[in-house]
Amino acid sequence: MEFTFAMSVGVLTTAGIYLMLRAQTFPVILGLTLLSYAVNLFLFASGRLTVNGAAIVGHSQAYADPLPQALVLTAIVIGFAMTAFVLILAIRARSDLGNDHVDGRELPPERSAMEDALANRIEKNQARQNRSRKKPANHQQAQQNNVKRKPT
Amino acid sequence: MNVFWILLLPLAGILLPVLFARFGRTVSAWLTALMPALALGILLQHATEVFSGEVSVFSIPWVPLLGLNLSLHLDGLAFLFCLLILGIGLLIILYARYYLSESDNMALFYAYLLFFMSAMLGVVLSANLLQLWLFWELTSISSFLLISFWWHKSEARKGARMALTVTGAGGLALLGALLMIGHVAGTYELREILAMGDVLRNSEHYPVILTLFLLGAFTKSAQFPFQFWLPHAMAAPTPVSAYLHSATMVKAGVFLLARFYPVLADTEAWFVAVSLTGMATMLLGAYIALFKHDLKGLLAYSTVSHLGLITLLFGLGTRLAAVAAVFHIINHAVFKASLFMAAGIIDHESGTRDMRKLNGLWKYMPYTATLAMVAASSMAGVPLLNGFLSKEMLFTETLNQSTLGALSWWIPLLTTAGGAFAVAYSLRFMHDVFFNGEPIDLPKTPHEPPRYMRVPVEVLVVVCLLVGIFPHFMVGDLLAAASAAVLQADLPVFSLAIWHGFNFPLLMSALAVLGGLTLYINRRHLFGFQMQFADRDAKYMFEEQVQKLIARVTTLHKWLDNGSLQRSMFLLILLALVVSAAPLFDLLDAIGTHPQLPINWVVGFCAGLMVAATFVTLWWSHLRLVALIALSVVGLIVSIAFAYFSAPDLALTQLSVEVVTILLFLLALFFLPQKSPVIDSNLTTIVRDFSVAALFGSVIGTICYAMLTRPLDSISDYFVANSKSGGGGTNVVNVILVDFRGFDTLGEITVLGIAALGIYKLLAQILLYMPSADNKGYRWSKERHPFLLAVVSQSLLPLALLVSAYIFLRGHNMPGGGFIAGLITAIALIQQYVAHGVVWMKERMPINYLGLIASGLFIATLSGLGSWAFGRNFLTTWFDHYHLPLVGEFELASAMVFDFGVYLTVIGATLLILANLGKLTTSERLKAGDD
Repeated sequence: MEFTFAMSVGVLTTAGIYLMLRAQTFPVILGLTLLSYAVNLFLFASGRLTVNGAAIVGHSQAYADPLPQALVLTAIVIGFAMTAFVLILAIRARSDLGNDHVDGRELPPERSAMEDALANRIEKNQARQNRSRKKPANHQQAQQNNVKRKPT
Repeated sequence: MNVFWILLLPLAGILLPVLFARFGRTVSAWLTALMPALALGILLQHATEVFSGEVSVFSIPWVPLLGLNLSLHLDGLAFLFCLLILGIGLLIILYARYYLSESDNMALFYAYLLFFMSAMLGVVLSANLLQLWLFWELTSISSFLLISFWWHKSEARKGARMALTVTGAGGLALLGALLMIGHVAGTYELREILAMGDVLRNSEHYPVILTLFLLGAFTKSAQFPFQFWLPHAMAAPTPVSAYLHSATMVKAGVFLLARFYPVLADTEAWFVAVSLTGMATMLLGAYIALFKHDLKGLLAYSTVSHLGLITLLFGLGTRLAAVAAVFHIINHAVFKASLFMAAGIIDHESGTRDMRKLNGLWKYMPYTATLAMVAASSMAGVPLLNGFLSKEMLFTETLNQSTLGALSWWIPLLTTAGGAFAVAYSLRFMHDVFFNGEPIDLPKTPHEPPRYMRVPVEVLVVVCLLVGIFPHFMVGDLLAAASAAVLQADLPVFSLAIWHGFNFPLLMSALAVLGGLTLYINRRHLFGFQMQFADRDAKYMFEEQVQKLIARVTTLHKWLDNGSLQRSMFLLILLALVVSAAPLFDLLDAIGTHPQLPINWVVGFCAGLMVAATFVTLWWSHLRLVALIALSVVGLIVSIAFAYFSAPDLALTQLSVEVVTILLFLLALFFLPQKSPVIDSNLTTIVRDFSVAALFGSVIGTICYAMLTRPLDSISDYFVANSKSGGGGTNVVNVILVDFRGFDTLGEITVLGIAALGIYKLLAQILLYMPSADNKGYRWSKERHPFLLAVVSQSLLPLALLVSAYIFLRGHNMPGGGFIAGLITAIALIQQYVAHGVVWMKERMPINYLGLIASGLFIATLSGLGSWAFGRNFLTTWFDHYHLPLVGEFELASAMVFDFGVYLTVIGATLLILANLGKLTTSERLKAGDD
């Protein structure tokens, strides 16, 4: 049993590390998720393996070690937060840099025709927004000019 | 308490010149002098008590666990140094008032000067090793500021950098020595350590301590081979040179030798190392001084030489030599400070310091010339002046020692030679500058300085004369008290008379004077001889080394980090592989003695399935949906593993997190490129990466196996035993989370909240590519919210909420708790988002998730703070059992409030992330200015 467990941790680590060395963000995030499974299992293993021994007082004779379990429980939740953060970071990087390379290289963006059309539309929208923003700015300038004209 | 004020007053005085700078230079100078003068007054009050051998001690415990206390003591040695620092410091303040020009920022100069003065007082007064080191470093820093005071000059910047590098490196060595002394002695209090000399000398660490200690002392006191920084520190304004580089800071090194003399001296290693270094420094300094054309350069090397002389005396190994060393510290400070000030006057009034141009100044400034010549004669060791007395004591002691065994006769011989060079360069200072023809194109016509600029020189020269003529009356008590403090033992009998009759030391003095005269008369030949050697400037050599080092480090850094994260990741993993694999070679066998569980076919099947799913994820990572499905299979089997190996809480958490994660991935797929350009299809890279990954995986697997098969010695028995009685719950994992390690959990939910906030910021103002069709050209389904899903999920919602409430409530005693309940609630709500859309949800549930996170954290913190109201530690829980009709017996615990905070934070964070990502494609998305 112990051997199977250790082997599974090893396999998860291998796949996680390999994927983390890829150049695109999506495989890297997959790798990170696999690696966090491996890490959680590894940490859990530091309490050794116990069957039918949940750490609930009065339920069994030989308790599993509860301390690694408590540590891993929070690790799972924080691992989720980390995965989510990296995932959103990848989305943001893609939207800011136009590609999904982990080095943030400025590669020529790969767009479908649809995406092109959409990006055009967004640019147009922004241009329109900028125009509408300029108006109050002009107004302010006019006011300043007025002020200047006043004798001091 | 009084001792404390000696240190505190100058420290407080730093502010005065800065605050009152606008009242003019004279007012500024007077105010600067005020605090040191008060401190000097307090110091002199202690005089009788110090001379009678008493030691005032002042101590406040600060970090007693680290042995770090604010301790001050005032014994003879500290008294002597305080007197020098404050007395000469006051003269320097007066002198600097006239030396600095209108364009210099005098307030800043005075502030730096007082900063240095306080640091120096701290060094000599400290009775705690760590505190001593702190002030020691402050002297380095403040002297850096003072040397670079004319920072517009390149040489000032270079000199300051060099001084800081050398003395700073020495300071690190000293820290090592002091920590080791503290370790061996078991205390950092100097008064206790002074009595433990034998313990330290017999310690096995003594050689290392001595080496590090001497490195610290020698770099500070510019001893060979670290003498090169001192002449370049002369780029400082002359008051600084007079104060730091003759009277005080460079004396800190010899002060250290004196202070630790009773602890570290009296061994062969000390005598040989200290005496040889001192001898080499003395000869080298005296020789080079003769050839310097720069007035301050000559004085700088003569300072190096005299510091070597003092060091030599500490290394001679007789008690009288230590007395002579203390005596020479006083004498050198007095005559060298006055010489520097005289050199500053000459520079100030004639515009140059070059001795090839400065000739025959006697005609222009006879008064200053007289003063300078008296001081220079003292430096040469002419009778009736203080320098003669200590030099005579030196000669006597060189004859009485046996430091080098049969070769000990080298020492008097070489010392006499050094004395001859001292006479020669003193003669050069006197004759070249004040006589020897007419001045050669000076920038200014020299004249006498302002009246008060001369006063400090006059005072010091009068001291030279008085000490030289009435030594016993002037410094007898002071010397006795200081020497007693250095020796920490009975004082040897010494006589401070001017005349000891015709004896060997007198002969040596005479020889030195004659030799000096001969050297000076034949100086042209000597200069010709010296010209044959290549002139090397330590400043440029040092700078070159620094530049080379920086270039090398930059190259290394560029090689390590060329901007590619992918490459950095690879290197990091390679390093981790080496580090984690290396210890495995020492392990005899991977398998240990811990009994193993038998394997059954269910586990085998699950493990096989997981390995297969892992490889599917790996192999088809470019087919994103396939990879995701395989990933979720892995996650499910991980949660089954947790359930099987007696961790029901983990299984529940993993299961619910799995759902949220996969949902998040599915949402993200929409925004990431559907088809990535194949960048790393290079087969070599793939094979290389896979090999490293496989090696790493096998190492981790082996470590895991080795760990699993070894017996466990856990601290958890305490938690199991106290879970019910102390925490009021039977589910030990949950009790650890909310009670035993509640503070950790509070930190962890804070991290969760911060991550969610980060995501919130990343999503605001994002410019998205939103394809309206997939990469094969199929448009998305028009039916955005399937009717069937809407109906089913809506009816499931109350059920899901009920389950989460149940899981939450039973969490303390059975598997469950805030984390799991929060995730279940979050999933139930996300399902509604999926089924009905953002707008529908917003109408029915207008909840601000940021507020939810904040209130969760607030409640959790408040429940922790609550225990303070009952006089308990932060996050101590309270619980009791109650009975209600119908419900039966139940338990209330304050840990539940904490768990409720966890519950709210988890819901808030999860929904903040998923809902905002889901909203991106809709009109509800975060826009500019939403944050």
